[in-house]
Amino acid sequence: MPKTPVTFTLNGAETGIFVDPGLNLLEALRREAGDLSPKFGCGQGTCGACTILINGEPHLSCLTLAVAAQDADISTTGGLAPGADLHPLQQAFADGFAAQCGFCTSGMLMAAKALLDRNPRPTRDEVVEAISGNLCRCTGYDPIVDAILDAAARVQGRVTA
Amino acid sequence: MTEVQTIEQLGAAAQAQGHVLGGGTLLMRQVNYTPHQVPNILRITDPAFRQITRAGRQISIGAGVSMAQIIASSDLDFLAPAARAIGGPAIRSMATVGGNLFAPHPYGDFAVALLALGAQVQWADGRTEDIEAFLASRETSKGVVAAVLIEPPQMDALRFGKVTRTKPKGVSVMSIAVLITGVGRSVQQARVAFGAMGPAPMRSKAAEHALAGATLDATGVAAACAACVSDLAPVNDALASAWYRREVAPIHLRRLLLGEN
Ligand SMILES: Cc1cc2nc3c(=O)[nH]c(=O)nc-3n(C[C@H](O)[C@H](O)[C@H](O)COP(=O)(O)OP(=O)(O)OC[C@H]3O[C@@H](n4cnc5c(N)ncnc54)[C@H](O)[C@@H]3O)c2cc1C
Ligand code: FES
Ligand code: FES
Repeated sequence: MPKTPVTFTLNGAETGIFVDPGLNLLEALRREAGDLSPKFGCGQGTCGACTILINGEPHLSCLTLAVAAQDADISTTGGLAPGADLHPLQQAFADGFAAQCGFCTSGMLMAAKALLDRNPRPTRDEVVEAISGNLCRCTGYDPIVDAILDAAARVQGRVTA
Repeated sequence: MTEVQTIEQLGAAAQAQGHVLGGGTLLMRQVNYTPHQVPNILRITDPAFRQITRAGRQISIGAGVSMAQIIASSDLDFLAPAARAIGGPAIRSMATVGGNLFAPHPYGDFAVALLALGAQVQWADGRTEDIEAFLASRETSKGVVAAVLIEPPQMDALRFGKVTRTKPKGVSVMSIAVLITGVGRSVQQARVAFGAMGPAPMRSKAAEHALAGATLDATGVAAACAACVSDLAPVNDALASAWYRREVAPIHLRRLLLGEN
């Protein structure tokens, strides 16, 4: 079966790839576009490790048909810190030990980015809700929630404990 | 390998054969793990599939409208609690109204709210069908659902509740939606719908009958709560046994009716 061309913007860069029609976007990004930052955990929507932003909204790339991403604006963790400095979320995760094995971190960061882009001063409950589709088997979640609140405070110029 | 057919007009989709792709939150699991079960995907690109439109009192919700769109729509604030109960934010950006109508047990929380509202299901070939009839035959029905048609209820007339075992989010032990018409605390008519209590979302006509003319207080709703179980056909699953579901259904219905949640 012939492959289908798909073009989209990936972290600001025009990107074109060829995919099998039934391929999911996670595999397409990793194998064809060379962006290894979204992770494969389950391939069925339960873990959130593959979370990316499509047109600013969080999506599970493992459940997105790659050909449906034509003309989409895609952001992944790979584009969070284009320069030498970490993104405030990445810095807060590192400082707050919010990543242990790190497997969930990419998806957590993108779920958190989707929240802070829309709601720069979230409450703790709003943060918990924002990452409710993302599983972490190491941290017990509290350090992740703290790190997201810390990142929000840093961006706002507020001081945290 | 799965083939993908792009359908640019809903009318043309009515003739096409294959699995309709909504948000893909259920269908793509199959594509990823058992692609031979999904030889052909129909991808509908008609913008009407993803639109919410209003004509007089009737609101048409395109089958491709996502839960996030429902939450964002000022015309559909009465459906926002049901949409918010589905998955996490990423699932809600993707999961569609059409897909929820077909979602198997224990899913289908949004369809429960549509059942209580008495929605009409509009097929791409122009037919409309009452949602109750649609849900009863959905396993064997073929075709593309284009939209659901509803009339907004009176303020606060639709109540929705979902019972889960994990917080903040989990799949349903059961979901319940109740539409009440009446004045103050006296009920004229009620539609009572349950999810995860049978093969598809279902009404409890015994509870509806007992609620007609009742007062919304502990004594007034007792008969309806006791009666609801007779219409339900829960199954055992990893979340709860059928016995447990039957035991707690009256309690959760009472909490919803009396606003105790
Ligand atoms: C992690 C996770 C959590 C979830 N939590 C919930 C929850 O809390 N509550 C809940 O109700 N569901 C839940 N679901 C299930 C699912 O996300 C929802 O039921 C969703 O609404 C299904 O819609 P979809 O658009 O993604 O369906 P799809 O996967 O696109 O389609 C599902 C089925 O419906 C058919 N279909 C879709 N649209 C049409 C149409 N217009 N016409 C004809 N056939 C159509 C498809 O061919 C397929 O057979 C969850 C799923 C996951 C992965
Ligand atoms: S890999 Fe996508 S949700 Fe787990
Ligand atoms: S840090 Fe290991 S799964 Fe979250």
